[in-house]
Amino acid sequence: MKYTYTIMLLLFMLQLRAQDNDLMALLNDNTEDPVIYAEATFKGSRLINGHTVQTRKAKAFEFLISHRFGRLNSGAYELFGIDGANIRLGFEYGLSDRITIGLGRNSFEKTFDTFFKLKLLRQSKGRKVMPISLAYLTSAALKSLKGQEGFNTTASKLVYTHQLLIARKFSSLFSMQLMPTLVHRNQILEDQENSDVYALGVGGRLKMSQRISLNAEYYYRFDVPEADTNYNSIAVGVDIETGGHVFQLHLTNSRSMIEKGFITETSGDFFNGDVHFGFNVSRVF
Amino acid sequence: MKNLITAFFLLLLVGEANAQTKFFTKTGYAKFYSEAPLEDIEAINNKVQSIIDIEKSEVAINVPITAFQFENSLMQEHFNENYLESEKWPMAAFSGYFVSDGVIDINRNGVYEVRVKGKMTIHGVTKPMDTVGSIKVDNNKVVAKTSFMVKVADYDIEIPTIVFKNIAEEVEVTVELKYLPFKS
Repeated sequence: MKYTYTIMLLLFMLQLRAQDNDLMALLNDNTEDPVIYAEATFKGSRLINGHTVQTRKAKAFEFLISHRFGRLNSGAYELFGIDGANIRLGFEYGLSDRITIGLGRNSFEKTFDTFFKLKLLRQSKGRKVMPISLAYLTSAALKSLKGQEGFNTTASKLVYTHQLLIARKFSSLFSMQLMPTLVHRNQILEDQENSDVYALGVGGRLKMSQRISLNAEYYYRFDVPEADTNYNSIAVGVDIETGGHVFQLHLTNSRSMIEKGFITETSGDFFNGDVHFGFNVSRVF
Repeated sequence: MKNLITAFFLLLLVGEANAQTKFFTKTGYAKFYSEAPLEDIEAINNKVQSIIDIEKSEVAINVPITAFQFENSLMQEHFNENYLESEKWPMAAFSGYFVSDGVIDINRNGVYEVRVKGKMTIHGVTKPMDTVGSIKVDNNKVVAKTSFMVKVADYDIEIPTIVFKNIAEEVEVTVELKYLPFKS
């Protein structure tokens, strides 16, 4: 009988002891797992030349200044390309967390561009599992350079791009993106044959530290006509993030900073040294 | 006599399990405030989950990190991505007990000063924690409040020198939990 009391007392003490953890266990049993969305699959709204799946948050305003200098192999006379800079000024605004709109002006061929980006799926784990993030991008570009022979109406100077951005953040260090793309030119030159160009882009980023990442991007064009002397766009770069700024420094064979330009009009051969140094500076307000 | 003692122990084991002394919330409020030379940063969370056991003086709190809302969305991204690493550690947690200045009677309205002690886990790091707060009983509802300082470096959260003037080394955390009776 004595033992019974001892056992009961022990049981009582055990019960007291166990309560500390019990309450946390009870709390965990009574609350749902959170849905954890993959934040910042990429640091910026651009991977290098092209868009990433990232949209701006609602009411966020982004100012983007991009430069592409001339070709590195143009020699010392051109200061390895520094003399011939192209600039794009971009203004982007988050209508909602999922919709970003933007306007840009490029010094190259005095082109105006505008885009609309819609986030369709957000990668998540936890209570809701979604393996990828998906966004749809559509953009239009208007070349306003004077004296374009054969392009007499405004409509004839318009080029549209439709793109799906399919991204996955595999880990906090590594993200990848696929970009099936259609570029439609309202009016084309004879040697361009097709007004539609289909391309598939692939890109990725590898984080070197919390604030620095390595990026790469490549666009492959399908069914390129023989007369087309352009090359596929290749770019490699580094992202450096400092608080509200993202600095992107890169090397690319593309001169243009908008979809229709770098996908269908890249005239440089990357492996022949036709490489442009460039940067994007983004400030979010 | 023997039977009486047995009965007493049995009561100890069984009796308290039935009493309604637990209170629960999953819409608790938490705020953190960082005051630094260049800017003041504030974030608010309305999804704090907690259970408090008034009779046993115990409390457990879970704070989902991604639920902190910043005015500047980019700051929110950096908070999750660079500092708290919420993908790896989605929850901050506290588990411990409190000592009040009087016996808390849940059937009578009143406010009690309490001392709170326990373990707090943030960014995967667990540290002992000791602070003061208050517990208010109001018509069978319980409101717990506390506010304390958290030293960022204690929880292995690194602030790079480039933003040193933007983020305080110690941030103020304010918590207000409005509990309703817990129904299991």
